[in-house]
Amino acid sequence: MDDLNQLLLGFQVALTWHNVLFMVVGVLLGIVVGVLPGLGGPNGVAILLPLTFGMDPTSAIILLSSIYWGALFGGAITSILFNIPGEAWSVATTFDGYPLAQQGRAGEALTAAFTASFIGALSGVVLITFVAPLVAKFALRFGPAEFFGVFFLTFCSFIGMGRENKAKIVASLALGFLLAAVGLDTISGDLRLTFGAPELMKGFDFLVVVIGLFGVSEILLTIEEGLHFKGKRAAIDLGVVLRTWAGLPRYWATLIRSSVVGMWMGVTPGGAIAASFMGYGLAKRFSRRPDAFGRGEIEGVLAPETAAHAAGTSALLPMLALGIPGSATAAVLLGGLMIWGLQPGPMLFIEKKEFVWGLIASMYLGNLAGLLIVLATVPVFAAIMRIPFALVAPIILVVCAIGAFTVESSRFDIWLMLIFGVVGYVFKKLDYPLAPLVLALVLGDRAEDAFRQALLGSGGDLSVFFSNALVSSLMILGLLLLVWGPLGDLRQRLTRRGGNDQPPREIAGSGAS
Amino acid sequence: MAEASSSLPERGLSRRLVEILVALLLIGIAALALWDSYGRGAGWDNGPENGFFPARVAAILAIAAGAVLVGALRREDSVFVTYGQLRLVAQVFVPLFLYVLAIAFLGIYLASALFMGLFMVMLGAFRWWQVALAVVLTPLVTFWVFELQFRVPLPKGPVEAMLGF
Repeated sequence: MDDLNQLLLGFQVALTWHNVLFMVVGVLLGIVVGVLPGLGGPNGVAILLPLTFGMDPTSAIILLSSIYWGALFGGAITSILFNIPGEAWSVATTFDGYPLAQQGRAGEALTAAFTASFIGALSGVVLITFVAPLVAKFALRFGPAEFFGVFFLTFCSFIGMGRENKAKIVASLALGFLLAAVGLDTISGDLRLTFGAPELMKGFDFLVVVIGLFGVSEILLTIEEGLHFKGKRAAIDLGVVLRTWAGLPRYWATLIRSSVVGMWMGVTPGGAIAASFMGYGLAKRFSRRPDAFGRGEIEGVLAPETAAHAAGTSALLPMLALGIPGSATAAVLLGGLMIWGLQPGPMLFIEKKEFVWGLIASMYLGNLAGLLIVLATVPVFAAIMRIPFALVAPIILVVCAIGAFTVESSRFDIWLMLIFGVVGYVFKKLDYPLAPLVLALVLGDRAEDAFRQALLGSGGDLSVFFSNALVSSLMILGLLLLVWGPLGDLRQRLTRRGGNDQPPREIAGSGAS
Repeated sequence: MAEASSSLPERGLSRRLVEILVALLLIGIAALALWDSYGRGAGWDNGPENGFFPARVAAILAIAAGAVLVGALRREDSVFVTYGQLRLVAQVFVPLFLYVLAIAFLGIYLASALFMGLFMVMLGAFRWWQVALAVVLTPLVTFWVFELQFRVPLPKGPVEAMLGF
């Protein structure tokens, strides 16, 4: 009951006219960011973050999180009309979305996708509203050892749940940790890993790294495919919307199933991509006509979209309650909190009530605004994709360069952006996952601090990580997740030896021409 | 090693080669980090020294990169990027590199305008006035947004100095 009052208070904060304006601007920018190649959710938020340094934190996070919602909606547009997944978790949407568009039912597919996204996001926000305060309250009892346990769990679940080659996930995580360690060590005051270079003294700023990894590299990847996008046209009128909505209640079981899968996977870091595939797979398994999937089944659009958005939204739960982001974009938002002078973690719910509840209220409103805006403006945004790439690409690159510079007003950072652009390009082509790198870069210092503080407290005794039931179960759960993936791989290899196990990523890749 | 790709329909850079180079680079980074950490002390002195954590992480990185290396040697080779694609990528990367280089001398406004023009002429099929419009508008719009609206100073060069900024 107390939480509901807080939520009402949050709505008062979020409904002031300038916050609503930021919400609308954010959603519109987000859709642009989601539609354009080279500007995904994490990158779009990273570029705009420096511009919000002077803003009130609540307005700033409303603006940036609205960009996130908009980018999620925008990803569906490119998936369905152009067969190009905007984000990794829109890949499953292309399986049935693009065939629908080819059959001239693009309007229906888009309406279904947006509505499903909204339902998924809404279930995620409801989860945050009711569970996040409890988690935060619980986490108030955490000491450094417990926090390290949670970090450990986060990183292990990335490794265990990731779909990529395990060695590559570990390498990506470890590289992120090393990059985070560069520069001044906060505990001892020593310079680490700088090799005498003054440029490295301040360390690697994750915003610059994100702009390079996700922005510049994406442009390089896009250009490989040639310079033209061939998309289907779509017009959405009220008739199509209402007709599609009338058909949705039939799929209630799919919607609920996908929402639950998404919420569960979203809270587990790195789960959004897996959630969308799982949602799709489950819908297919439970469907009465599984053969229709992949050839333009509306359920095949609903299931992954609901799951992906439930996961994408739930990813903010651990970020808010524990200060541990569940996705790359959440990691960037978390970095924003620290820049605005807020200490992420459970204390936020006590010290900055109006911030937390304003954000949560804005999630309800932002997603509703997003749904309405995106339904009304699809033709406009589909037209963006028809602007010649030779004009869009240099604009995006200029924006990236300016974004990288404004983080610390450092020209060296523009070079770093370029270097990480190449790193991102090579890593993506070799299937090294980028999200663990970003996460480790953002969390590295804090994970290490928690580790060292716990050991300072115990006088260097490692048994502090198994000293009570809470921290032991966190560590054991982490270890279980760590071996979960390899064990699953082994079982799969044993059961279908020589079978045709083709990863879904490759099916999608062959379609994106 | 590169011969393996000749049987494939389109010639390109060997994926195995790139995979190996990246793994070796990661091992090199790990070695650097280990050397730096042990130089300052990566042991246990009543609790971890400040090189303890990076050194362990570097060791893990080296092991993971080693596993990638072994995997790359055992897997069948494929094409990392065809030479045709590589040429396209270079068409974007070389102007971008020159752009970043130019920012140091010309400031971001002039460099951006030149970059826009170069890019559009090289890769697009635009009329001359479209290119001219983009070249003129890019610095003006960025100046208005960043310098005037958000009051974020961007790097400037000799031209802006002449204009008195």
